[in-house]
Formats: sequence, structure tokens, C-alpha cells
Amino acid sequence: MIRKTVTNVQEALRGVEDGMTFMLGGFGLCGIPENAISELVRLGIKDITCISNNAGVDDFGLGLLLQKRQIKKMISSYVGENDEFERQMLSGELDVELTPQGTLAEKCRAAQAGFPAFYTPAGYGTEVAEGKEARDFKGKMYVLEHAYEANFSFVKAWKGDDAGNLIFKGTARNFNPCMCGAAKITVAEVEELVPAGDLDPNEIHIPGIFIQRIFQGEHYEKRIEQRTVRSRN
Amino acid sequence: MLDKIGIAKRIAREVKDGYYVNLGIGIPTLVANYVRDDISVEFQSENGVLGMGPFPYEGEEDADIINAGKQTITTLPGASFFDSATSFGMIRGKHVDLTILGAMEVAENGDIANWKIPGKMVKGMGGAMDLVASAENIIVAMMHTNKKGESKLLKKCSLPLTGVGCVKKVVTNLGVLEVTSKGFRLLERAPGVSVDTIKEATEGTLLIEGDVPEMTV
Repeated sequence: MIRKTVTNVQEALRGVEDGMTFMLGGFGLCGIPENAISELVRLGIKDITCISNNAGVDDFGLGLLLQKRQIKKMISSYVGENDEFERQMLSGELDVELTPQGTLAEKCRAAQAGFPAFYTPAGYGTEVAEGKEARDFKGKMYVLEHAYEANFSFVKAWKGDDAGNLIFKGTARNFNPCMCGAAKITVAEVEELVPAGDLDPNEIHIPGIFIQRIFQGEHYEKRIEQRTVRSRN
Repeated sequence: MLDKIGIAKRIAREVKDGYYVNLGIGIPTLVANYVRDDISVEFQSENGVLGMGPFPYEGEEDADIINAGKQTITTLPGASFFDSATSFGMIRGKHVDLTILGAMEVAENGDIANWKIPGKMVKGMGGAMDLVASAENIIVAMMHTNKKGESKLLKKCSLPLTGVGCVKKVVTNLGVLEVTSKGFRLLERAPGVSVDTIKEATEGTLLIEGDVPEMTV
């Protein structure tokens, strides 16, 4: 067994520097690497580029890094729900690259799987495709999109073991598996870290080969963005 | 004339037995409430769930189980969770049978604009560009005119496009229209709405063939 466990978030984030590009899992506030984000805030590193489907809310998720003006550029598909984000974007402090959600996921997965680029129909004929190579396959037009390159991926899983194997829960899975092994170093934080052998190999979602460092996360808030319920009557 | 619920009810009749359906935010979300209960349908949400159920009972919300609108949801027997790349693989690979979404503008050639208004804060396209570029069957749910009373069914979209030549059908508060190579063909009128009213509210080419029936909702 190749051991991937590190003792805490400080050790897990060793090597992060100003100007780096990070992938961060999560959809809205669901399945975000809360511990890694807190540590990036504490470290105070600057000029970072974040590849993340969303940008958090004002006081949680990536919003915490935006508040401290640590982010230079956001690569996302949807960035509503965040006033500070809007202010920085309109003032030109923050560079924003909007990317169709499926393309964003695939640009991560391509990096993970060793594809330099791929063709997708998404965005053809729109401003997203401007300046990009387009090509006809069997009468339909596709746009060439390149794999992302990143220094670190920060992902969050439900359970993990010392070998770095991961299991996700519900829709907190989202972009997390696509980002594993898609950067030079992948850091996984988990709600429950167990010894190797405790997880059934049949149930593993992401094999430990894609993970360089894994640690037991702490104090998960798991904030709900839109609490919708129905009445029992 | 239909209200939003009426539009959702009419679109629900387009949902057939055995369909996997992706519902957008807004009126499309309401469609799930009016699908016949004697057919088998699964709703997909692009953040990674198939077999979505209703909202949870109070106290049973789970932060790890949400839809693409970030709302807490439940799952039904047969449901599954998956990652975002797999989710859009289902969409791009045409495994999802029907996509229902809202729009700001639809052009008579099937172009759609629904993500950006120049000069206003841009929130992003989310999954809309992937959905419209890939789905075989796309139905747009929207009001026929905007708040200023201007037609949203146009010869050509004025707003930045989300996708080109992709919309098949539009259901509005005034009627049901099919996108054809010659323009919008009026299939049904909403209850109490005349052909003339629809003509006036449609800037794009409107094709009227024979007597256009009034829909039953």
C-alpha cells in the first residue's frame, strides 16, 4: 500500500504559492473543500487562478478568498449569488473566464485522462467559441477545447482511506472526481478517513493513484444555499 | 392565455413514457409536478443526479443532495448519483431524451439566447450551452413577450446566443409553436387567445396553416 495520508491541512497544502492555478471541487456550496479554502485564506497567498464551477457566496466557499482579494482570475460556468464577486468583476480587479459547465468538467477530466484537447458542440456559434478552432464531424460543428493545467487540485470526499481511495456522497460528488489527478498535486480532504482495507474495493469511486495527499477534514459546515422543503400536510 | 403553471402543464404533455428529462430553472422546474403519474419518467439534474424526487420534508434536508438550482431535493427509487463529466456525457451523448428550458429570445431558425444581457451583470451560462448544443429535443418555456411588451420570438436574436439552430418547440402563454425551416409554425392557441393576438406578438415569421386549434390543458 502506498500511503497518502498527511497529518493536517497545513501539511496537505505545502508548496502552494502566489500566482498558482488551483482546481477546486464543488457545485455551489455542495461538496466544496472547506478545509483547503480556509487554509488558503490563512496562508494569504495572492494572485491565484481558480478553476471552480462557482465562486461561492459572500461569506462562504470561494467568497472567503474573494473577500481577501487573493483571486486574480476565476474560471467558472456560473458566478451569481456573490456581491463581492460582482464588484471586483465590474471594477476590473478580477478576471473572469466563463465556460460552459460540461466543457469545464471535461477540461478537468481531459487533464486527468491525458487528453490535450477535445471537440465539443457546446458553445459553437456563440462568443465562447470565438478564436477557437471549429470543425465539422458528420455534418455537425464542434469547437476545440484544451485540457486545463493546474498546480493543485483540492477535492472533498465523504470517505477516504490511507491509500487515497475516495468515496463521494450524493451530489457532493459533482466536479470532485473529474479534478482528481488533473493537477500536478491532488489534495483530498474527507469527512471520514479510515485505514486501508476498511473500504470495499468494489465501492471506490476514485482510486488512490489520482491522489497525492489525503487528510481528515474538520468542522464541516456544509452550508445549504437554497433550503427548499415541503410541508407534511 | 396561460399563466406559468398553465405553460408547465401544457409542456408536461410532451413528456412521454420512458423519457429521461432535464429541466431548467424557473417554469421548467414546475413541469415535474404535472407529468402523468401512469408513465415512467426520470428527471436528471446536471450537477449529478438521475431520479430526482420532490423537495424533502422539513428537517430531512441533506446539504449533500441538491439540484442544479442548488435547492435541497430527494431521490426516488432507482435514482443514481454521478460526477459532472459523466452528467454532461449523458447530455452530449444524447441519452437524455428531452430538455426543457427558459429563454430570453428564440429566433425562427431555432437559435436561442438565454444567458447574457450586454451591460448587465453576467452570471454565466451554467450548463445551458452544453444542453442546447447536444439535446435532440429541446422545448423552450417562456412568456411570448418581454416586460416591455416586445416579442421574444424573433427573426434573429438580438442578445448573445446560447446555441444555434437547436430549439424544436416553444410553449408560451399564448400558444405552442414549432420551429421549422420556414419559421414558427403555430400548432395550438392558448385558451381564449386569437390567431391575430399571436400574430401581433410574434416578430419572427409565423406560419398559420388552416384552423389552429385551441389547446386543452
